[in-house]
Amino acid sequence: MAYVAVKGGERAINNAHAWLAEARRGDTAVSDLTLPQIENQLGRAVDRVMGEGSLYDRELAALAIKQAQGDLIEAAFLLRAYRTTLPRFAHSQPVDTASMLVERRISAVFKDLPGGQILGPTYDYTHRLLDFELAEVPVEVVAPMAAPDQAAMPRVPDILGEEGLIETNQQTEREPGDLTREPLTFPADRDVRLQALARGDEGFLLALGYSTQRGYGGSHPFAGEIRMGAVSIEIEPAELGFAIDIGDLVVTECQMVNQFKGSKTVPPQFTRGYGLVFGFSERKAMSMALVDRAMRAAELGEETTAPAQNIEFVLYHSDNIEATGFVEHLKLPHYVDFQSELQNIRRMREEVARTAEQAKVDEATMVLAPASGSHPVDVPDPARASDQAMASRLTRVPDPARVADPARVSDPARITNPVKVSDPARAAE
Amino acid sequence: MKGYNFAYLDEQTKRMIRRSLLKAVAIPGHQVPFGSREMPLPYGWGTGGIQVTASVLGAGDVLKVIDQGADDTTNAVSIRRFFARTAGVRTTTVTTEATVIQTRHRIPETQLRENQIIVYQVPQPEPLYRLEPSRVETRRMHALSDYGLMHVKLYEDIARYGQISISYDYPVLVNHRYLMSPSPIPAFDNPKMHMMPALQLFGAGREKRIYAIPPWTEVRSLDFEDHPFRAINAPYPCGLCGATDSYLDEVITDDRGGRIFVCSDTDHCSERQAAGHVGADGWQDAAQ
Repeated sequence: MAYVAVKGGERAINNAHAWLAEARRGDTAVSDLTLPQIENQLGRAVDRVMGEGSLYDRELAALAIKQAQGDLIEAAFLLRAYRTTLPRFAHSQPVDTASMLVERRISAVFKDLPGGQILGPTYDYTHRLLDFELAEVPVEVVAPMAAPDQAAMPRVPDILGEEGLIETNQQTEREPGDLTREPLTFPADRDVRLQALARGDEGFLLALGYSTQRGYGGSHPFAGEIRMGAVSIEIEPAELGFAIDIGDLVVTECQMVNQFKGSKTVPPQFTRGYGLVFGFSERKAMSMALVDRAMRAAELGEETTAPAQNIEFVLYHSDNIEATGFVEHLKLPHYVDFQSELQNIRRMREEVARTAEQAKVDEATMVLAPASGSHPVDVPDPARASDQAMASRLTRVPDPARVADPARVSDPARITNPVKVSDPARAAE
Repeated sequence: MKGYNFAYLDEQTKRMIRRSLLKAVAIPGHQVPFGSREMPLPYGWGTGGIQVTASVLGAGDVLKVIDQGADDTTNAVSIRRFFARTAGVRTTTVTTEATVIQTRHRIPETQLRENQIIVYQVPQPEPLYRLEPSRVETRRMHALSDYGLMHVKLYEDIARYGQISISYDYPVLVNHRYLMSPSPIPAFDNPKMHMMPALQLFGAGREKRIYAIPPWTEVRSLDFEDHPFRAINAPYPCGLCGATDSYLDEVITDDRGGRIFVCSDTDHCSERQAAGHVGADGWQDAAQ
C-alpha cells in the first residue's frame, strides 16, 4: 500500500459539524425543543449552567443547554466564552441576602427561629419513585400558597453573632479579586477562593466536601442555615451618587457553622463556612461551604493534611472548563511526542537486550575459565555466545518489528548493570 | 468578523498581554502570570498560543499554523480558520512566507529568520511540575535557581537506564538562568531554539503563563559532560522526500508490520518533493 499524506482536515471538520447539527436536532417527527421549555422545565440544569458559566442569564443558559444537547459542562463553556466578550459597565453593591425574598429557608441548628423554617420547592422527603404519570398526559398542579410572611428573617450566623459565639466576618475596604481578569496567585485570599468555588464544578466540590465528612480534614459542620430566593442587585452610577435597583437574581446561600476549639488569643467559638451560588443549587452551595471552611484550616491554625484543605490543590482543579479542556485535549494528535517515545523506548530496549546478552557472555566465560577442560560437554560455546551478542548489536538498526520482539528482551525494570549503577542517593552526596 | 474586534480579543486585553510579553522578553525563560481570558476554544487546545498570536498579529501579517509539524491536522486547521475569520489575515503553509507561526509540538525544519515570530502552544509551562506539583514551591525554586531536583532526576535516569529517558518536552536552561519547558516538542527540536534568529513566544492559557526567548539567546538542553544531550529520531530517511535531517513520523501502512517514516513537517517535505527529491516509498508510488 502506498502512503498518501492525510489531507482534507477542513472538509472533515465541516462535515462533522453538519452531522453534529443533525444529531442535535434528532428525529424531526419530534417537535423542536424551545428555550422557554428548557428555562422552565429544566430549571435546575439552567441554574447549574449559569453558576459554572459565571453568567446570570436564564435564556442564554437555556440556549447553551440546547446547543450542547444537554451536556451541562459544554453548555457552561459556551456561556463562559460568551461572557468574556461582554463589556463591564458597572460593579454592583454587595448583595444583601438578609433581605432576600425567601422561597426556602431551613436551619439544622435551631428548631424554630424568627421567620420560621420554610421547606420551599424541595426534593427533600420525596420518595424517589419514578412517577409514570409524568410520562403521560400533563397534569396541571397548583400548590397551595400561604400569604407571604412579612416578618424579618435574620440569618442564623447573625443570630449567633449577637452572642459573640461565632467569629465575625473580616471586613475589608479592598476591592475583591477577580479571577476572570487576574491570574490566580498565592497566597489566595478568601474572596478569590470563594469566587473560584462559586464557579467551580459541582461534582468536584461535592466529592471534596464529602471527603471532609469522612475524615479527610473534618471540621464538624452544622448546616446553620440554607436559604434560597431572590435578591436585588443594585448599582451606584457615579453620576447619581446613590444606588439603584437594576433587577433580581435567585441565589442559594449556605452558612455552615463549624466547631473551633479556640487558641491562646481567641476564645472557643464557632467558625463559618460559606457557600453562595446562582439559582437553586443547594447541593453545590453546601459543598462549597464545606470546602470553604476546609480551606481555612491553615489560617485557623489547624493541621492541613487533607486534599480539601490544600488551597492550591482545590483552586487549581475546581474549574471544570479548564479541566474538561485539558483532559479532552489528549484526543488531539500527539504523533510527534509519541514517535519520540517510540524511538526512545526502542533505544532503551536495545540497551537492555545488549546488557542481557553481555551478561550471558560474561557468565559463560566465567564458567569456562576455572573449569577449563573438565566439563567440555556442559559448557556453552563462548564463540557462539559472542555471535549472539554480535547479532543483538546488529538489531540496533533497521527492523523495528524485530527490536520490539518481546521474547528477545527481558523485563527492563529488572535489568540493571551492577557494575555501572551505584545508589543514586549515595552518589548524589 | 462582525460583532468582534480584530483578532477576537479586545484591545485592552491585547495590551495587557503585550505588556506580559514585553516582560517575558526582558526576562528570558521566566514565566510571567497573565490574565488569560476564556476563549471560544477549549483550554488545552491552544488558548495560550491563540491569545499570544492575537496580541502580536497585525493586518499585514501572514500566519502559518501547524500542529505536529503539519498544516492540515484538524486543530491547526481550526485555529487557522479562527484567525482567518476573526482577523482576516492572509494565511500560508509555507514557512518562509509566514511572519507569525503558531505551533503545537514542533519547530519547522526550515531555519527561521529575524523578522519572524514563532508562537508555541504550551500545555504545562512549569518544567518542574512532575517533580514538585506545588506552584508556590516551584516559583521559589526558580527564584533561587534551585534546579538540583531536575539534575537528580536526569542522573537517576542515567543510573537506571543508562540514558536520559525524556524524549519530548526536554527541559532547557535559557540564557544561563531559567529552567524552561520548551513545550512538548521532541528533543530533536531543542537545538533549533538555541540562538534562533526569530522571536520565540510561549503561551499557556489554562495555566495563565507567558514566557519568551528573545532572538539570539542561548538555550541549552540539560545534560552532563559524560552524558551529552542526544536528540532522538527514527534512523531512516523520509520515505517521501528522502530527507535524512528532518524529524520523522511513523505511519502504519497495514496490519502486517508495514510502516514507513515520513517528514513530520509537511511543508518541508512537499518543498523537497517539489524540488525533485524522492524517497524510497515515493519511488514505489511513482512506479505504481
